[in-house]
Amino acid sequence: MSSPQSGAKTGAQASTPAVEVADLRKRFGDLEVLKGVSLTAGNGDVVAIIGGSGSGKSTLLRCINMLELPTSGAVSIQGETIEMQPDGRDGLRPANAAQLRRIRTRLAMVFQSFNLWQHMTVLGNVIEAPVQVMGVPRDEAIARAEKLLERVGLSDKRDVYPAFLSGGQQQRAAIARALAVEPEVMLFDEPTSALDPELVGEVLAVIADLAREGRTMLLVTHEMKFAREVANHVVFLADGVIEEEGPPDLVYSAPKSERLQKFLATVE
Amino acid sequence: MIDWIAGLAAWELLALEPPGWGGVLLRGLAVSLQVAVGGYLLGFLIGVGGATGKLYGGPILRDILDVYTTLVRAVPELVLILLLYYAGTDALNQIMILLGAERVDISGLAAGIFVIGVVQGAYQTEVLRGAFKAVPHGETEAARAYGMSPLQVLRRITLPGMLPHAVPGLSNLWLIATKDTALLAVVGVAELTLVTRQAGGTTKSYFLFFCAAGLLYLMVTLLSNVVIRLIERHARRGIPAVR
Repeated sequence: MSSPQSGAKTGAQASTPAVEVADLRKRFGDLEVLKGVSLTAGNGDVVAIIGGSGSGKSTLLRCINMLELPTSGAVSIQGETIEMQPDGRDGLRPANAAQLRRIRTRLAMVFQSFNLWQHMTVLGNVIEAPVQVMGVPRDEAIARAEKLLERVGLSDKRDVYPAFLSGGQQQRAAIARALAVEPEVMLFDEPTSALDPELVGEVLAVIADLAREGRTMLLVTHEMKFAREVANHVVFLADGVIEEEGPPDLVYSAPKSERLQKFLATVE
Repeated sequence: MIDWIAGLAAWELLALEPPGWGGVLLRGLAVSLQVAVGGYLLGFLIGVGGATGKLYGGPILRDILDVYTTLVRAVPELVLILLLYYAGTDALNQIMILLGAERVDISGLAAGIFVIGVVQGAYQTEVLRGAFKAVPHGETEAARAYGMSPLQVLRRITLPGMLPHAVPGLSNLWLIATKDTALLAVVGVAELTLVTRQAGGTTKSYFLFFCAAGLLYLMVTLLSNVVIRLIERHARRGIPAVR
């Protein structure tokens, strides 16, 4: 087994799952992007979500922190269900804004296009959420941010503005920003898709490092080989439903469904 | 003609102490600047509210704001000033009487700030609306994903993020605000233009005093430009220079 957390899943499932998604549906107008997806990730799990474009994998991830509001279904983080109420138009909206904000600080998202705040330095980006949202004293946040920047290899860039960095450096800064909130779950939304090929490696190395230290991560990715290496659970999404899931070695080497076989053949 | 040149050369008329009028002019300038700063800041508050309302508000609020920006920008400012000053104070007093309160005397300064603020608010709404839209959606999304409240997103991300896009338009509006104060002369606010006319009328040295006032306005603009350049450099700190 290549996965660093092999076997952790059975143990983790006995306790409260870190993330639990129950029968999630999402409709954009007439288009139903998610058609009832249920997903569980235990503490320390690394779940890779793969699938073709338009399969709903990014939407699924964005529904977990309610950046996208599901049409129906429920999301729980460490057993705490995000309170939702009908929005009067066949959908849901957050019923408790304070609770949602609190839960969001326990999740950290890394975006495809980095989404760093351009008017702040790298250090400013990393300390922003701890200081402004979580109330961490500024000098304490800075001390922690410096350690995180060292970890992602950006110590010398702490006072540089994001626009002056390469894509790979920006994404590593974004990962440091995510780590700064000491998240219980990290959500990666195609973290290497916007990068030049030669910059992908440096970002994947940081993510693999995080997976090794036992962080709970949900990872939407096109990097099939990488997903197989770091994940201990792979979910194949097709047409808004989970077509197949399981340990990476099983999913990759013995795909049961025809669609997954086709998909793996095209991305090889 | 000779009188005119003599008037031109009567520099002692600009002395700060009476019988010189220099002090009066400077006090007029101070009033002008107070009105400009006050009106501009009021306009900025209206502008931020108006732009947010236009972008994120419901259909009714958006319609109301559209009527406001369209009307204010359609009517000449002089007419607006006369309208808001006379009709505004009258309406306020009618309401005070209805409520059984005493009539109030509205100071020209306060009314001037209000009028300039309403005019500036309409223009700033449009400048800020454009700047708000220039902030990448992903940045506000990231802010929400990290647990910021809508007000925190506005204060920490959207406002500083839109600043580089807003500074050129807002600087123009500031320079216009400093000069719009001159229109308040018609309603008797003792700002620079009104006191200049008084000084000229009393001494008949019109040329001297209007040149002096013109120089004062020019100084304000030149000083403003220095400050604007500093603000612009600060606002654009995260943006690589394009040459």
